[in-house]
Amino acid sequence: MASDQATTPPPPPPPEIQSHDLPKVIVLHPPPVFNYFKDLFSKKFHLLKAWESPLPRHEFLTNHAHSVQAMLCSGTGPPISADILRLLPSLRLVVTTSAGLNHIDLTECRNRGISIANAGEVFSEDVADLAVGLLIDVFRKISASDRYVRHGLWATKGDYPLGSKLGGKRIGIVGLGSIGFQVAKRLEAFGCNISYNSRKRKDFVSYPFYTNVCELAANSDVLIICCGLTEQTRHMINREVLLALGKEGVIVNIGRGAIIHEKELVQCLVQGEIGGAGLDVFENEPDVPKELFELDNVVLAPHMAVFTTESFKDLCDLMIGNLEAFFSKKPLLSLVMNE
Amino acid sequence: MESIDVLMLCPMISYLEQELQSRYNVLKLWTAQEKSQFIKDHSATIRAIVGDGGHGADAEMIEALPRLEILSSNSVGVDKIDLEKCREKGIRVTYTPDVLTDEVADLAIGLILAVLRRLCESDRYVRSGKWKKGDFKLTTKFTGKTVGIIGLGRIGMAIAKRAEAFNCPICYYSRTEKPDTKYKYYPSVLELASNCQILVVACSLTAETRHIVNREVMNALGPKGVLINIGRGPHVDEPELVSALVEGRLGGAGLDVYEHEPEVPEELFGLENVVLLPHVGTATVETRKAMADLVVGNLEAHFSNKPLLTPLV
Repeated sequence: MASDQATTPPPPPPPEIQSHDLPKVIVLHPPPVFNYFKDLFSKKFHLLKAWESPLPRHEFLTNHAHSVQAMLCSGTGPPISADILRLLPSLRLVVTTSAGLNHIDLTECRNRGISIANAGEVFSEDVADLAVGLLIDVFRKISASDRYVRHGLWATKGDYPLGSKLGGKRIGIVGLGSIGFQVAKRLEAFGCNISYNSRKRKDFVSYPFYTNVCELAANSDVLIICCGLTEQTRHMINREVLLALGKEGVIVNIGRGAIIHEKELVQCLVQGEIGGAGLDVFENEPDVPKELFELDNVVLAPHMAVFTTESFKDLCDLMIGNLEAFFSKKPLLSLVMNE
Repeated sequence: MESIDVLMLCPMISYLEQELQSRYNVLKLWTAQEKSQFIKDHSATIRAIVGDGGHGADAEMIEALPRLEILSSNSVGVDKIDLEKCREKGIRVTYTPDVLTDEVADLAIGLILAVLRRLCESDRYVRSGKWKKGDFKLTTKFTGKTVGIIGLGRIGMAIAKRAEAFNCPICYYSRTEKPDTKYKYYPSVLELASNCQILVVACSLTAETRHIVNREVMNALGPKGVLINIGRGPHVDEPELVSALVEGRLGGAGLDVYEHEPEVPEELFGLENVVLLPHVGTATVETRKAMADLVVGNLEAHFSNKPLLTPLV
């Protein structure tokens, strides 16, 4: 299990390898992988750490990042807007530690010919595992009954209320990309029936395809949100979709908080219009609507679907691999292709 | 038709109680002031017992009921029933296999994910406001980990099938090697524990399997290993389990059963690498109804001289 030992500071680099010999990478805000693997990056790249500078960001970039060709970013930190990109005239590559791209101005990048590399499929399995874990937790009341036992209530109040059977349930996957497909594969083994909604029908699966998410919800017992956040998907899951899912319906979100209309979700949960929810993401993280804290049919997670030692190490290797490939003019490992 | 006296050993879901009451004269043992006197008072007429996983009939109770014909258990576990005595006296015993297999297997995987990915701890992290102060920690990936199963019966196989969907290599220990499976067999639980990362107890409780997971096995599973018990509490040496977890010799545990339910060792309440469930392996509305239908169905078959649906003895 991951230990919580403090890391000792790294020794200073030997004199023959000075950081200014290393290729420069601009980082506006430390990505979560830096908490564990920053040294692996600083050994190979000269990191320009904007967050450590007393200068305001635009001044830092103007003064120090004029010739920088590569940026490392993540879903946390400031969005990579057109304004920021314009302060980096030499930028040719943005590497993000996330699978999601909603924090990057893709149009500006396309116009400037800036390539983007993301996390690819490196943590699809871990995210899928979490989606399944949250679903089983909601159906079988795992977190709620663990709380019950820890409060000594089993001995005093008797058995915990019954849960629901997962087998045979109709699962509607919203977004059948890498993560959605891994979720489907796992839930098939539990005897669930899979359907999906996606931008395009996928030829490599035989699951029923629904062109609209409301119809998918009406024909499902569970919705699992696995798509990316775009203008089209923002607030796509609203009251209408939730009512179609129904009073026994369960929703799991491991995509982005803003795909669901959070106020309407909370209202539906509080009023019993849907049966339960497993949520790893929220509209204004780390704020979570406090009404949800009163509910035992909701399982909450702090956006940690990719937070495993295995995924972080794999992610680190992929990020470094992309940057090394770029600087040695080789093909990127996880280039995002325009769809 | 004469009313048949059926002794019910403990409260069960109201659906089952109602179904029994509509067909038979149900005698509720738990309402008696003095249980052995209650049994004596009705010993001339009791023809059937309905028990569950935690309440069965020992030799003494069986001897006290000369007209007992059938024991219909609302469970698949029958460790609380003196099966030998039943055989000796020609008493039929029925149980509820198959209808609960998937349910228990689902829970086993749920427990694995909850322990490895710290679902309960992270839910607490959000509810307590800790997320506002910083990100959660790194946990452990499930996909690809080796799962070792003790007992490759119906439930063990169902767990294996699910774990395979997570690309987990599967290995097992069983009394005898199963010729039809592709999973790797180990001839002892100790060897199994030494060669897997997640050890799942899925066998039935007998004299041989009591404390089958002992200190040695837990040490072999190790500080990165996780024990999942969806069998019976006595499969695991509980005091040894507590010290192995507290001392860090065992990485984590997901428990649905305990040696003295509903008592759970309080030393476990403070541990984040443990998930504690109140024996909910079959606890869904759907499965409890299916089990109840089998309990009633078996009694009906017996009293109308038809073949029993799911006999064990």
